[in-house]
Amino acid sequence: MSRRVLGLVLLAAGVVGVVLISLAFGTRQIEFPVVVDAILAPDPTNNDHAVVRDLRVPRTVIGLLAGAALAVAGGIMQGLTRNPLADPGLLGVNAGASLFVVLGITFLGITAASGYVWFAFAGAAAATVLVYAVGAGRGGNPTPVTLTLAGAAVTAVITSVITLVLLQNLDTLNQYRFWSVGSLVGRELSTVTVVIPFLVIGFVLAAIVARMLNVLALGEDVARGLGQNIVLARVLAAVAIVLLCGGATSISGPIVFVGLVVPHIVRRFTGPDYRWILAYSFLLGAILLVLADVIGRLVVQPTELEAGIVVAFLGAPVMIALVRRSKVGAL
Amino acid sequence: MSVVAVATASRRSRARTVTLVLFAAVLVMSALSLAVGAYSVSLPDLLATLVGQGDSKNEFIILRLRLPRLTMAVLVGLAFALAGALFQSLLGNPLASPDLIGITTGASASAVFAILVLGLSGFAVSGFAFAGALVVASTIYLLSWRSGIAGYRFVLVGVGIAFMVQSTLGYLLTRADVRDAQGALVWMVGSLSGTLWAEVAVAAISIGILIPVVVLLAPQLRMLQLGDDTARGLGVRVNVARVLLLGVAVALAACATAAVGPIAFVAFVAGPIARRLVPGISLVPSALIGVLLVVTADFASQHLLPGGTQVPVGIITGAIGAPYLLWLLATRRSRGEA
Repeated sequence: MSRRVLGLVLLAAGVVGVVLISLAFGTRQIEFPVVVDAILAPDPTNNDHAVVRDLRVPRTVIGLLAGAALAVAGGIMQGLTRNPLADPGLLGVNAGASLFVVLGITFLGITAASGYVWFAFAGAAAATVLVYAVGAGRGGNPTPVTLTLAGAAVTAVITSVITLVLLQNLDTLNQYRFWSVGSLVGRELSTVTVVIPFLVIGFVLAAIVARMLNVLALGEDVARGLGQNIVLARVLAAVAIVLLCGGATSISGPIVFVGLVVPHIVRRFTGPDYRWILAYSFLLGAILLVLADVIGRLVVQPTELEAGIVVAFLGAPVMIALVRRSKVGAL
Repeated sequence: MSVVAVATASRRSRARTVTLVLFAAVLVMSALSLAVGAYSVSLPDLLATLVGQGDSKNEFIILRLRLPRLTMAVLVGLAFALAGALFQSLLGNPLASPDLIGITTGASASAVFAILVLGLSGFAVSGFAFAGALVVASTIYLLSWRSGIAGYRFVLVGVGIAFMVQSTLGYLLTRADVRDAQGALVWMVGSLSGTLWAEVAVAAISIGILIPVVVLLAPQLRMLQLGDDTARGLGVRVNVARVLLLGVAVALAACATAAVGPIAFVAFVAGPIARRLVPGISLVPSALIGVLLVVTADFASQHLLPGGTQVPVGIITGAIGAPYLLWLLATRRSRGEA
């Protein structure tokens, strides 16, 4: 068994581990056998069972899905733009999703998360197209610098509009501030079922795109020489990004760090092959977000820290360490 | 004359023209924002009031209400633009502006903590904002130091810190009463409304001390642009000069943020716009563009929306500064420019 396959198996074991931890630990002390019973033989009258099934299971599922989706999306973005700073947050995709969700809350009175979904997709798609179009410019060729600038500029425009709406509307601010910190709590599994098909398509596209990203990484001219259809590769990658980011953002809020940090960490073990990078990212992203959620539950009892906040505090030091260790400008 | 000399001369004359046009535009916008409002004043009356010959009503409206606000707009526009231009040229990266790498976000988080948790207001909040900016900037500097400072590393570390600070802000906002959160939000956007002369004085003194330092250090900045080795050959102590210049830039951004909040995008766009008008680093045009941007945005923030609705100036700078940058990026002639 090669080293990379072994790593994948270890990560899969890690996913199982964090799922068990996530189900077992929380503000309320529940014995592990009771947790197992709650899953296998639920008793509707037992409060402990209710906590596990109605609170811990949904947030674990959401953490797994959103974490995996954001990490894979970040990996695709970094490959597509050949930009180490690429992240759904930094390239404005999350901001686009946020804007449309805010507009939906304010002007259409959407309150259920299952309603956010469509707005998040539309916003993520709009922002991706806009950032790419602006970053490409007249020459039609985006560079890492222009794309990142375009992402920052689009994010700033969108943030201005969001703030304008929030300042005029107290109710929206009240909903938005809880959604925007990236919480896995308070979502129902029914919301998740709406999103799952989109995420699955996104993951399948990611698997298809991975090989193309390897060719793109050689540079456009070489890729074209090898017979790679560059436009097709970019379009597929963009669709995957929109589906993954839109889906993840609608269930977990705009969590920024997973997409940036996970592919960076993973690359140290897998090397530059995107098929491995995306597969590792899929698993490590899920682990990271669920683990962040568990930590958030335990550190400030009896209240909780939102997973998005924990991710930021876990991710930033890791990212800084990576940046310090790597050679300047190296991906 | 050699080709280089001709090119330098034409650059100089272009820089002079651009500076004059920008200066004129700033004057026109200043006059407009002093004269026009819910109660408009004619130009002769405005001039008379400014030299102390106006009637008491004009005097109150212009000297007590509009002039402090305008002065503050000029000061913070200058400070943000200079801070951004210094950062961008020192680190050789257009993304390295204090509003993108978390320095003004640090100021915001610290100020919002003061507003929401400690219940402070006024100068105390400004003090916290200033301290927050300094702490974040020195953290980024220390963490990105590795036998020297590289622009790329600085930006990446800054982005990491910015995420962390941003999430702290989000946490503070979710734990507060929603009305207090809205108040904090206004501060986070940056607002000039209700500026008092006392606040202007504090900002003017602190920024007034920093400007001569920038002027003194400017020749060293120009030599650093030639590359570290060349600068060293010219007798510049590279690391010392860079730390000093970065320190001044941080202090400028911190003073401006402390005074009015982190007005979005001014630091980020002023430098690139100036560079498009005059090639090379150009601190004076950058500063004038910053001033023009904030003064115009503040004017728009008071009069743009129908029904007398006022919005914080930061909303407008984001809304006019960012599309300009988008346009600039989208219409650039060749790759790699911008």
